[in-house]
Amino acid sequence: MSRFETQVLIIGGGITGVGLARDLALRGVACLLVERRDICAGASGANHGLLHSGARYVRSDPTAAVECREEGALIKSLAPHCIEETGGLFVAVEGDDERHIADFPGLCARCGIEAAALSPAEALTLEPVLSERLTAAYQVPDAAVDPFQLALDNLTDAMDHGTQVMLHSRVAGFECRDRRIQEVRLVHAPSGAEILVAAEQVVNAAGAWAREVAALAGIELKLLYSKGSLLITDRRLARRVINRLRPASDADILVPGGTVSILGTTSIPIETLDRIVPTVAESETILKAATAMVPSLEHTRFIRAYAGVRPLVPSAAPAEGRSLSRGFALRDHAEDGLDNFASIVGGKLTTFRLMAEKTADLVCARLGIHRPGVTRTAVLPSFAANQWTRAGLSPRIWMEAGNPEDLLLCECEMVPASAVETILDGIRRQGIPVNLTAIGRRSRIGKGTCQGAFCGVRLSAHLYDRGELSGRRGLAELRAFLSARWRGLRPVLWDTALLQEELQEALHCGYFGLDLEDGS
Amino acid sequence: MSDRPRVTCDLCVIGTGMAGMSAALFAARRGLATALVGRTGEIIFATGLLDLLGVHPVEAGRVWDDPWAGIAALVHDLPQHPYARISSNAIRSAVDEVMEFLDANGLPYRGRPDRNVAVVTSLGTLKTTYRVPLSYWAGIEAREERRPCLLADIQGLKGFSARQIAATAGGAWPGLKTIRLELSGVQGAGEVFPERLARSLELDSHRRTLAQALGPHLEGVRAVGLPAVLGVSRPTAVLAAIEAHLGMPVFEIPTMPPGVAGLRLKEAFERGLAATGVMLYLENRVFRASRTGAGAFQLELGRTEPEVTIHAPAVILATGRFMGGGLAADRHRVRETLFDLPVHQPDRREEWHRMDFLDPRGHPVNRAGIDVDASFRPLNASGRAADPQLFAAGSILAHQDWMRMKCGSGLAMATAWAAVAQAQRLLAQRGPAAA
Repeated sequence: MSRFETQVLIIGGGITGVGLARDLALRGVACLLVERRDICAGASGANHGLLHSGARYVRSDPTAAVECREEGALIKSLAPHCIEETGGLFVAVEGDDERHIADFPGLCARCGIEAAALSPAEALTLEPVLSERLTAAYQVPDAAVDPFQLALDNLTDAMDHGTQVMLHSRVAGFECRDRRIQEVRLVHAPSGAEILVAAEQVVNAAGAWAREVAALAGIELKLLYSKGSLLITDRRLARRVINRLRPASDADILVPGGTVSILGTTSIPIETLDRIVPTVAESETILKAATAMVPSLEHTRFIRAYAGVRPLVPSAAPAEGRSLSRGFALRDHAEDGLDNFASIVGGKLTTFRLMAEKTADLVCARLGIHRPGVTRTAVLPSFAANQWTRAGLSPRIWMEAGNPEDLLLCECEMVPASAVETILDGIRRQGIPVNLTAIGRRSRIGKGTCQGAFCGVRLSAHLYDRGELSGRRGLAELRAFLSARWRGLRPVLWDTALLQEELQEALHCGYFGLDLEDGS
Repeated sequence: MSDRPRVTCDLCVIGTGMAGMSAALFAARRGLATALVGRTGEIIFATGLLDLLGVHPVEAGRVWDDPWAGIAALVHDLPQHPYARISSNAIRSAVDEVMEFLDANGLPYRGRPDRNVAVVTSLGTLKTTYRVPLSYWAGIEAREERRPCLLADIQGLKGFSARQIAATAGGAWPGLKTIRLELSGVQGAGEVFPERLARSLELDSHRRTLAQALGPHLEGVRAVGLPAVLGVSRPTAVLAAIEAHLGMPVFEIPTMPPGVAGLRLKEAFERGLAATGVMLYLENRVFRASRTGAGAFQLELGRTEPEVTIHAPAVILATGRFMGGGLAADRHRVRETLFDLPVHQPDRREEWHRMDFLDPRGHPVNRAGIDVDASFRPLNASGRAADPQLFAAGSILAHQDWMRMKCGSGLAMATAWAAVAQAQRLLAQRGPAAA
C-alpha cells in the first residue's frame, strides 16, 4: 500500500475541483486532486455549455443572477479561448405568460444585466430558425463555453503549479480521529491498488456524489438530485444562445456548441445516482416542448443525447450551514465535528471560479496561509493538449497545416493523428491508461455522425501501431467506447440516425462479432 | 407522362443488395423476363463473406460449426424465422447457384462441404462464415494449421493495423510477423483508398513493387496476409500473380467497409446479370408503384425523377432495411417505404433498442420487418396476402436478426430463391406475360 502526503486533498475532478486546485496552486498550496472516473465525468461534462449572463435567474434567484453576470464577464476576459461570445436571446411565443415577459427588462436592470428589447421581426432576422409566432425578444450577453477545455486548462495550469492528480481513483474511506480526517483511503480502479493519503485539509467537491463522500465521513449532507437530459443537433441551428422567456421549464434553452446546437433540458427528481442515462421518453419531452420556440426541431437530425445530475442544495434549511447563495453552498464540517473537512456543493458552471475561490479562502484560513486568491485576475493559459474538444478547431488546424500524411482518424469531425498525439501527451501526464474513452473525452472523436462506429476502429488501429495498445485490450476498449456512445445514441435513433446505427451494428456485430467477444 | 418509355416484363425485382441480385439471377435463369431496379446500397458495405448461419440462439452466443444443424435448431426454436419456410435443399440450391454464378463471373468462392469456417477480421477477431472469396482462403488454412505468416498493412490505409490483428489473433495463431508497407510509389503520399490501390494493383508493375517491399520479410513465414486490395475486377489473377512473385500463398483480410470486397460483388453481379439478360436499372429508384387494370404492377422509376414505367405482373420486394431504404422510421413507428405494407415491430420506440449496445439478445427493432405468408407474399393488416402478385425477400423480412445470427447472405439467397419459385408458379398459372 502506498502512502501520499499533501496539504490539501481535493475530491472530485469536475469544474469545481479543478478550479479549486488551480486557485490553491496559484497561492502556492500543495494539492492532490482525486477523481473517481475522469475529468468532467459528471455534471461538468453533461451540461449545456452555457455561460450565463444571469438573465435566466433574475426572477428566481437575483443573487445567483448577479454572480453569473460578474463571473461570466470574468471568464470571458480571462479564458477567452474557451468561450464563444455568441450573445443570447430571450424570446416569448404566443401563449407565454405576459406578466413574466413584462417584468423581465426591469428585473434584468435591477441585477445590472443588459437586456435590449428587439421587435419579433428583428429577432427573426438575427435568428431565422425562431418561430414566427414570437411575441417578445430581448438580447442579453449569454455566451457558449467549452466545459472540457475550461476544466482541462484549469487542471493543466494547476499541475504546472505543483498540483498532483489521480484519476480513476475513488475514496473508499476516511480515518477520523481527534476532530480531524487523519487519512483518506483511495482505491485506484485500473490496478485495484490502495493508497493512503494524509492531508492537512480535505475538500469534498464531488458534485452530485458529494453526499456519498460526506457519508463516508459519517456526515449527512442534504442534497437533492435533479436529472437533466439534453439533445445535440447534427448542425448549428442558431448563432446565439436562445432562451425561452418564461418560468424555467423543460427544453427552453438552445445553445450553440461550435458546429452543433444543444437543446435542453429536462428536470427529473431522482433518488440515486445509478445509471444516469438519457431516455427515449425524455427526448420526446424535449422535442415536444422546444418546437414552439424553434419549429424546425421537429425535422432536425439529432446526433446524440446525454444526461447529467444537478446537485441541488435545499434552500430553506438553516441546518445546512452558511449558504453563500441559493446557487451554491460551502459547508464547513467543523460544525459536524471534523475541523479539516469542507464540502462545496451546488452551483453552476458559470460560477465555478467563485465557488473555488470561496473554498480556497476557507482552506487557506485554516492552514494559516494569508495569500489572497489570484484567479480573479490571472489569465488562464491555453494548452495544446486541451484544445481538441472545440468543434471546428481541428479541421481548421489540419487544413492550415496541409500535411497529407497526417491522416484523419475521425472523418466526421476531422481529427488527425497529430491531434491524438498531443492528447496522448496530456493523458500520460494525467497518469491514466491510454484508452479510447479518455481520448474521446478530450477530443471530438466519436462525436460526429458515425458516433464512433468508424473512428473507433481507426483510432484503435492507430493505438496498436503506436504501441499504446497490446494483446486483446483493444477489443475491450472498443466495446467500452461503443457502449458509452450508445447510451447517448439510443434516445435519438430514428430516421437517418437509425440507419447509421444499423451500419454500426452490421460492422461491429455482423462483421467483427464484438457481440460474441467477452472482452477478455 | 405518357411519352415516358414503357417496359413490360414478367418480374420486376426491386432492390440491388444480395437478395435482389440473387432473385434477378434465379428468375432470369428460369426464363422469366426480369427487370432489376435499385440504388447501390448495402452491397458496397459487404465484406465478401457469405454467411449462412453462424449463431443461434443469439442470447447464448452459440456458434455453429455445422450451419445446417444450426438452421435446424433455429427453425425448431424460431418457427417464424424466414428459414423456417424454406427446405434445406432449397437453401442449398440457392447458395450453390449463386456460388457457381460468381465463379463464372470472376469471383470464385471457397468453403468446406457443409461446414462453417473461421476468418480473421481486420480487428483480429474470428468471424464464423460459410463461404469466402478464394482470395481469403489461404488465411483460413494457415490459421487452422498455425502456420507462421507475415501480416502486412499499408502506410496510409486507415483502420487496418497488422499489429492489431497479430496482437488480437496471436494467442491462437502464434508466429505472426507484421510489416508496414510504404507504397507511396504506387499511391502517392497520404491517405490510401482501398479502391484506388486495388485498381492500381491490376498493373503488374505495381504488383512487383508490392512484392519487392514484402521480399525482405519472408524468412520463416509460409503465407502472407494483406488487406483486401488485390484488384477489383480480376482478384484471382492479381492474387495468383503476387503469389508467383513471392513464391508462397497470399491471402486477403477484408478491410473496414465500404471496401473492395463489396465492389467486387457489385461488379460481378452487374456483369453477370447483364449477360444473363436481366434488364438492369441501376442507380434507379421506384418512385411510385400501383396496379394497372390489366393485372400488372405499374412502377415508375428513374434516377432523380420518374423516367421509365415498368409493367410487370409480379414484383419481388428486396429493398432491404434502413440502410437499403426498404424500411424507414420516424419518431413513432417503422414503415415500409414503397407499398406502405404493415411492418411487424415493437409497440413503442422505447422498446426498439436495449439499454446496452452489445446486449447479447440483440435489439428488437432489428427483428422488425415484413411478415409474409408461406408463399413469401407480404401480409396486409388482416393477415392475408396484401397482393397475390407481390413477394418479398431478404433482410426486409421480419423475425430475423441477420447481424446477430450471422445469416445475412444465406437469408438473402434463400428467400430470393423461394420468392422467385413462387413468382414463377404464379406466372405459369397466368400464362405468358400480358403485353
